[in-house]
Amino acid sequence: MKRTLLATCAVLALATAPALAQQKTVKIGFISTFSGPVAAIGNDMRNSFELALDHHGRKLGGLPVEVIYEDDQVKPEVGVQKVQKLIESDKVDFIVGIIWSNVLLASLKPIIDSKTFTIITNAGASQLAGEMCSPYVFSTSWNNDQTPQAIGLYMNQKGVKSAFLIGPNYAAGKDMLEGVEATFKGKIVGRELTTWPTQVDFQAELSKARNAKPDAIFAFYPGGPGIQFITQYSQSGLKGQIPLYTAFTIDSLSLPRLKDQALGIPGAQQWVRDLPNEANKKYVADFRAKHKTDPSFYGSQTYDAVPLLDSVVTAVKGDLTNKNGMRDAARKADFKSVRGSFKFGPNHIPIQNFYLQEAVNEGGEFRMKTVATIVENDQDKHVQKCKMPN
Amino acid sequence: MSGMITPRNAFVAAVIVVLALIPVYAAMTGNTFMMTLFTRIIILAIAAVSLNLIMGFGGMVSFGHAAYLGIGGYVIGILAKEGINTGFVQWPLALLVSGLFALGVGALSLRTRGVYFIMITLAFAQMVYYIANGLDRYGGDDGLTIHKRSEFGGLLNLSNRTVFYYVCLVLLLATVYVVWRIINSRFGAVIQGARSNDRRMRAIGFPTFRYKLVCFVIAGVICGLSGALLANHTNFISPAMMHWTRSGDLIVMAVLGGMGSVFGPVIGSVALLVLEETLPHLIGFASHVITGKEVVAAKEYWQLILGPMLLLIVLFARGGIDGLIASARRG
Amino acid sequence: MLYLFEQCLNGMQLGMLLFLLAAGLTLIFGIMDMVNLAHGSLYMLGAYFAATFVEVTDSFVAGFALGLLATLIAGMVLEVIAIRPLYGRDHLDHVLGTFGLLIFFNELVRLIWGPEGRTISLPSEMLTAVQVLPGVYYPLYRLVIILATLAVAALLYIIVMRTRVGMLIRAGASNREMVGALGVNIKLLYTLVFGLGAALAGFAGMMQAPISFVQIGMGENILILAFVVIIIGGIGSIRGAFAAAIIVGLIDTIGRAFLPDLVRYFLSYSAGSSAGPALSSMLIYLLMALVLIFRPEGLFPAAGK
Repeated sequence: MKRTLLATCAVLALATAPALAQQKTVKIGFISTFSGPVAAIGNDMRNSFELALDHHGRKLGGLPVEVIYEDDQVKPEVGVQKVQKLIESDKVDFIVGIIWSNVLLASLKPIIDSKTFTIITNAGASQLAGEMCSPYVFSTSWNNDQTPQAIGLYMNQKGVKSAFLIGPNYAAGKDMLEGVEATFKGKIVGRELTTWPTQVDFQAELSKARNAKPDAIFAFYPGGPGIQFITQYSQSGLKGQIPLYTAFTIDSLSLPRLKDQALGIPGAQQWVRDLPNEANKKYVADFRAKHKTDPSFYGSQTYDAVPLLDSVVTAVKGDLTNKNGMRDAARKADFKSVRGSFKFGPNHIPIQNFYLQEAVNEGGEFRMKTVATIVENDQDKHVQKCKMPN
Repeated sequence: MSGMITPRNAFVAAVIVVLALIPVYAAMTGNTFMMTLFTRIIILAIAAVSLNLIMGFGGMVSFGHAAYLGIGGYVIGILAKEGINTGFVQWPLALLVSGLFALGVGALSLRTRGVYFIMITLAFAQMVYYIANGLDRYGGDDGLTIHKRSEFGGLLNLSNRTVFYYVCLVLLLATVYVVWRIINSRFGAVIQGARSNDRRMRAIGFPTFRYKLVCFVIAGVICGLSGALLANHTNFISPAMMHWTRSGDLIVMAVLGGMGSVFGPVIGSVALLVLEETLPHLIGFASHVITGKEVVAAKEYWQLILGPMLLLIVLFARGGIDGLIASARRG
Repeated sequence: MLYLFEQCLNGMQLGMLLFLLAAGLTLIFGIMDMVNLAHGSLYMLGAYFAATFVEVTDSFVAGFALGLLATLIAGMVLEVIAIRPLYGRDHLDHVLGTFGLLIFFNELVRLIWGPEGRTISLPSEMLTAVQVLPGVYYPLYRLVIILATLAVAALLYIIVMRTRVGMLIRAGASNREMVGALGVNIKLLYTLVFGLGAALAGFAGMMQAPISFVQIGMGENILILAFVVIIIGGIGSIRGAFAAAIIVGLIDTIGRAFLPDLVRYFLSYSAGSSAGPALSSMLIYLLMALVLIFRPEGLFPAAGK
């Protein structure tokens, strides 16, 4: 009896604690992944977010900031619980982050129902751009199919006649393969979706790809599984035979591990670390000074959330209950993005350029490099499905 | 039965009173998360009580009980996705499908015993788990958001958290009552008799297989109800609801609380989930007291304590928490 | 045809991995009558030990040898401290107690190695494919896994069938009390068997590590598959575990390779991608359920049982 009472008292004591906290701080709940083979992504996002806060004197619109980091473990059911906790127990003013489209889809209902102002800094589920768009939810990233659409265009340029597509079997994987199919004019000779995130052994699928004899393979594997995919692609001896095109598979996080295995494999991205604008130079230089490595695109999108929030909180003069005011301010995208300036579409998804990027060896260090611009001011194709309630 | 006011009865009453007062507390402090947490506890308690009916009293250790959570939840989710939101269809169907599944699994599994029974129930649960994974239309791996909770006309508004909480609580108490009645009936006596000596029960003329099968189906139906509640609570279903570790969690709740009593699993689920929420904070607090500053890292490792605790309970406190309380009177 | 052959090799490789796990599990089950859910944790520990030692020694072989030794010791220590008190209790106690251990090891690994996980990079000479048949290229490292595991299986066979310890193990599997009555130090025998099982599991974990990822909970899904293997093969039977591991490995791989296309023939593309792998996983559990219903002693029961 005593034991349960004690535990209950502890719950009660903890439950009341947040209510006593200071009122005039901006409380941000940050959802990302900090465990397992994709933890590197979450850490990179956190590092960039912290750096951006430092650049802003750890204040947004003049108010001090408190950040609560939560780990979704790449599991939708865990993510939605963490989001609920942030909204109901921590009573955060903003939710920022979310890497995975399936975590996002699971979490959208509590976010929208509670009208919590949210900046998604990676997940690009097409439902968010379309039927599930919401007045208080913004994205600093992209819609899932935009990047593979750009790669599909590039594959056309390279004269690829047939392709084998492979990606993980979750919301984003499906969007990605559809993206390539939307722009790629050649023949799709195979299409594989693998169990996510547990399957990292791709031998059976690589055998299948070899057997299909395509001109090219397209792959989408973020985080640790991406490293495995590229490694197994090299191991299987396919590298010399069938060229690989990628989206979100080779980035500054995987490069130190992949090294020259990543050379000669093209990818597309809306941000590359060498984009020539002032905000980006400062971001990349300070990040390298602090963490001795390049930030990734995940980090860049998360970095952008801070100046965006700063512009929002400033516009409403710190009145965080004025959600319509904050929404209107956010729609202007009035801040210096590290990708160069961009506009929000009516569904709150950026309209932006996509670049061709490749890994290069710069005096022993492997880094990403912009090669060309594939598309300019690209808008996602789901925007018509969005009936933005005002 | 020397009197109604034993320490155990007082304890059970106290737990029920605390559970009944949670919404009041949440309303007073504005902490709605407490209610979210306890709604979850109550729903899983229903599942644990149903598992204990077959495991604790019938000796049928099902390592696939989470399958019914999933089946109940998926019936709700699939119907909601297809535009059927009325609870008058959703809930009976959830119970029916769970019951039919239990009937099939029971009919095949109850021919085996011991560890083979554990494994075959696991096998069937894994099959359901993979079926859910393969349901592309209903989200596959990613799961499915339920946009509307079950509707009961003007009768009940489940979207109101407080109403939903009390619906769950009433169903929990009803479950405990039903299971208690079963255990203390002639039927229950046969089930418990079959646990200790199946052959003898058959020798004196009881078709134990049929008795056990009925018991297995009842437990499946109750757990299906819990699944229907869980889907309504989280507004989300996914195969993870029936991952084998979830079945393990249910066993842990039952054993932690005490398999020997009907109410034990309720205590177990409260204890386990409250520990899960508070232990990290308590460890953080303790590290604050000891070292003068809160060691953030220490908070994350609370399961380091939970794991060995389970082993110790298995070794030294087979009656679980309930057993400890019951023996406190004697000791 | 060549393609089918290639997929069969893939299935073999998975089967061999499962055998390493299942062999220990079935020995522990058969001899000590012990359900050990923490077996997957030893698989995980083996991988983490190997990752660390490869890093420290900067040698693949030395790292694996040290990792194997460390897992063996960890297994024996675990047996003495936590497993021994569970012998003779009922199976529910085993499930629960070792479930606790599984939770404990996941957190312990998080504490020691952090939440991010590790990878083991193969030496560059392993990063190639060899021609196994005209026109069929196969990754060298995967061939190494298959061959190394076959060697381990042969070694295990010799130990169990040809040595004195093996004789005691076989005797223990068929009649525990009798072996104890003959004055054999049964406690020591149990510790040795458990250590052997741990080493096999650890070996499986580290062999798999370079082609997957060293992470918390990596042993949980494969552990359940290993249980399926020993049930199908017959509890206590190493021969059965070997055959069943290959059967399960082949079903899983062949199913994943061909079922999605089969489903797509009837349903949509996307439905096939989701349903195909799910179906092949289901087939495995269906097989296990059928074995349990019609032939509970397994397809290849241990002699004398």
